[in-house]
Amino acid sequence: MPLLVADKVTKRFGGLVAVRELDFVLEEGSIVSVIGPNGAGKTTFFNCVAGFYQIDDGTLTFDGKTIQHMRPDQIAQLGIARTYQNIRLFTNVTAIENVLIGQHRHLRSPWIASVLGTRGVRAEETAALDEARRLLVFAGLRGRGDVLAGKLPYGDQRRLEIARALATRPRLLLLDEPTAGMNPAETGGMTKFISKLRDELGLTILLIEHEMRVVMGISERITVLDYGEKIAEGTPRQIQTNPRVIEAYLGRGYLERQEQRQRTAAGDTAAAGET
Amino acid sequence: MTTALPPVALLTAVAWSHVIRTGLIGAAVAVYACLVGIVPTFHERPMIQGIISLGQTALVLILLGTGYLAARRHAAGLTALTAGAVAGLIAGAGVTVLVIVGQLIDLRAVFSPASPALYDVVTFELGVAGAWIPAAFGIGLGMAAGGLSLLAPAVRRSIVNGLLAVLLLGLFAGLLRTPMLGSPLGGLARLLFASNGLTIAGAVISFVLVTAVSHVPRRVDIAQPIADLPVPQRRLLTLPFLIGGLILLLVIPQSLGPFFAQVIALVTIYVLMGFGLNITLGLAGLLDLGFVAFFAVGAYTVGLMTSTAEYGLLQWPFWAAVPFAVILAALFGGFLGLPILSIRGDYLAIATLGFGEIIRLLAGSDLLKVVLGGPRGIVNIPKPISVPPNHFLAGPDQIYYIALVCAALVGFVAWRLRASRLGRAWVAIREDEDVAEALGINLVNTKLLAYMLGAAFAGLGGAVFAGLVGSIFPSSIDLFVSINVAAIIIIGGMGSLPGVVVGAIFLIGIPELFREFSDYRFLFYGFALIAMMRFRPEGLIPSTIVARELHGDAEPEEPAPGPAPSAAAS
Repeated sequence: MPLLVADKVTKRFGGLVAVRELDFVLEEGSIVSVIGPNGAGKTTFFNCVAGFYQIDDGTLTFDGKTIQHMRPDQIAQLGIARTYQNIRLFTNVTAIENVLIGQHRHLRSPWIASVLGTRGVRAEETAALDEARRLLVFAGLRGRGDVLAGKLPYGDQRRLEIARALATRPRLLLLDEPTAGMNPAETGGMTKFISKLRDELGLTILLIEHEMRVVMGISERITVLDYGEKIAEGTPRQIQTNPRVIEAYLGRGYLERQEQRQRTAAGDTAAAGET
Repeated sequence: MTTALPPVALLTAVAWSHVIRTGLIGAAVAVYACLVGIVPTFHERPMIQGIISLGQTALVLILLGTGYLAARRHAAGLTALTAGAVAGLIAGAGVTVLVIVGQLIDLRAVFSPASPALYDVVTFELGVAGAWIPAAFGIGLGMAAGGLSLLAPAVRRSIVNGLLAVLLLGLFAGLLRTPMLGSPLGGLARLLFASNGLTIAGAVISFVLVTAVSHVPRRVDIAQPIADLPVPQRRLLTLPFLIGGLILLLVIPQSLGPFFAQVIALVTIYVLMGFGLNITLGLAGLLDLGFVAFFAVGAYTVGLMTSTAEYGLLQWPFWAAVPFAVILAALFGGFLGLPILSIRGDYLAIATLGFGEIIRLLAGSDLLKVVLGGPRGIVNIPKPISVPPNHFLAGPDQIYYIALVCAALVGFVAWRLRASRLGRAWVAIREDEDVAEALGINLVNTKLLAYMLGAAFAGLGGAVFAGLVGSIFPSSIDLFVSINVAAIIIIGGMGSLPGVVVGAIFLIGIPELFREFSDYRFLFYGFALIAMMRFRPEGLIPSTIVARELHGDAEPEEPAPGPAPSAAAS
């Protein structure tokens, strides 16, 4: 059953069409990447799903519910969590507090009870703290919980952002360039971590990524955007050989040279993906 | 080897320009202090009896500071002394020039403090004949400061501590002397303090004593072993201090007299309101400059419900009116908050600023004169607890105790909320609204609750204030109440409860104690705020990081493999 369905979603900024009539289906439990050159509308699409932007046309459905008119907090309550291209942690509070804030929607204590310090509140807080510690360990941040989030090294900040998103216990996790700015070793670790999220927690993951090794390594399906439009969709193999994708990324010239080379080498091998 | 060279050659051209620039800045500051009247006004109060007045002390400090700043860059002895002396000379010469110019042209048309009295202060009563004195003092003090900069840091710190002790004791002499005279310490008080300011003996004793004490090397650091103790024992150890502090808080007004009681009652009311705004501004990050509006709602509610005079409606007892004041203020907060809480950042400050002014104008308007009494306000608000005139609770002490209890209550609420789900949501909104919303935090509800709770506490502050003063006028609803409370939080440290207390003492208590210098109150404020932003933007007592992963309430985790976790957490 599809978890997220976008039907002819359009988002305009003035005269610019950032996302044009995008159809998109995300199956529960899958890892799907959205790729495309800079300015292709990937992050805009994320912002539409997360409720940051109101879409101008089309429908967005999450788990059978229409979400395009919901506020971001309502969408978060349904079980969509996200990370940001440029890390956005609560930098002046500690790492563990970031994770505790992420648990907000699962805590129920009314503020009066918090002031009185009732037994229920204390039990809930202890449980929340345990959960936060567990999430830190899961994200590989054991022992870093009491560090101000802004003082953590870059890679840890990325992991903490994911831990905070996980604290909302989402069903769908939107990751916006999770390996941006990482070295190859860190990138490898992050790739494993993302697979672990799906395999161990059963999350559905939609990610924007530029690092092709990550994209090809973990995605089951890939959607390619260019100028706000979907130009290709398919398995990593299909995408790698899709001429429109190569054209969008490397330009027409590259494609023509490639074709020439292939023609001279041996017959026609270009297997077109479904476009 | 450098000592063999003449002093001028020691200073390169670059260093000279720095020395001269520092000297000129010092001169500007000194002349400014003279012309705006700080020096002559402060001259009224002696620092050390018969030796130096507070006004002269101000000049001495300016000259010393100039010399120190100029000499600080130089490590070699003679160079530092020369740099200090030259900069001091320039700064002092500024005042010398002022005395001479003042003799030739009457500056009083522009600067009213520039009278012969001023020139007498800076020349030790010699007038223009003593015009050389400031410059000479500049050389001497600049050189002394240069010498100070050469000393080993530990020695320098001790001497500076000694000087600070003399300065503080001199400033607060009158305050300390009165209660001591009535106690077994009377003899000591007579030895140390003159009627106002220190005696010569007092100055020497306090300087020597404090310098010596702060120079004794501390072999044992007491703080660290205490911090290493397990939590229950540490609590046991801090208990006596807590009780001692509590007793001190309770006896302060009794021992220091009614004037002081009035001052600390006011400080405590500001602490109470500071705790309230700390929720709105410190935690949720909503810069509310209309805080006084809710203060006014609280005060007027109490006034209307309790006053026995013209506009009183119900003649209720004070305590019956307080809950209404608080609830009404909170409702008012909600009412004003709803339309403006989607405004972000600085725009919110402007909008709330407007609300504060609207309330002030409404309170004094003809429109509401039939209800609120217009500019004449509401008088005859009864004391919260009626006691016979000679009872120990008759004076402002009573309000102090009430304010103390209220502040403690509000502080407790604020402290509990900070560590709750709601408090964390506020911090999240302060840090990044969009991200907070994407984590499922309802912005409107959460912000509105912060605004209403802050307003409720401001209303409580207003109610207690009405009880303290016994009346409420539109002129009490001053924009400066809002600004004071916001400044308290900024100076104390955003989101920090101890910071609010320190900020209130610093910004409300100290200016009240130096009432005679009230003209310079806002100069002091401006200076303090700029200095804070420049040197300590996190506030005097920044909010602490609560270790929750490793030192939480739960049992400590098993030690992690690899590097010690505490090293990562420090």
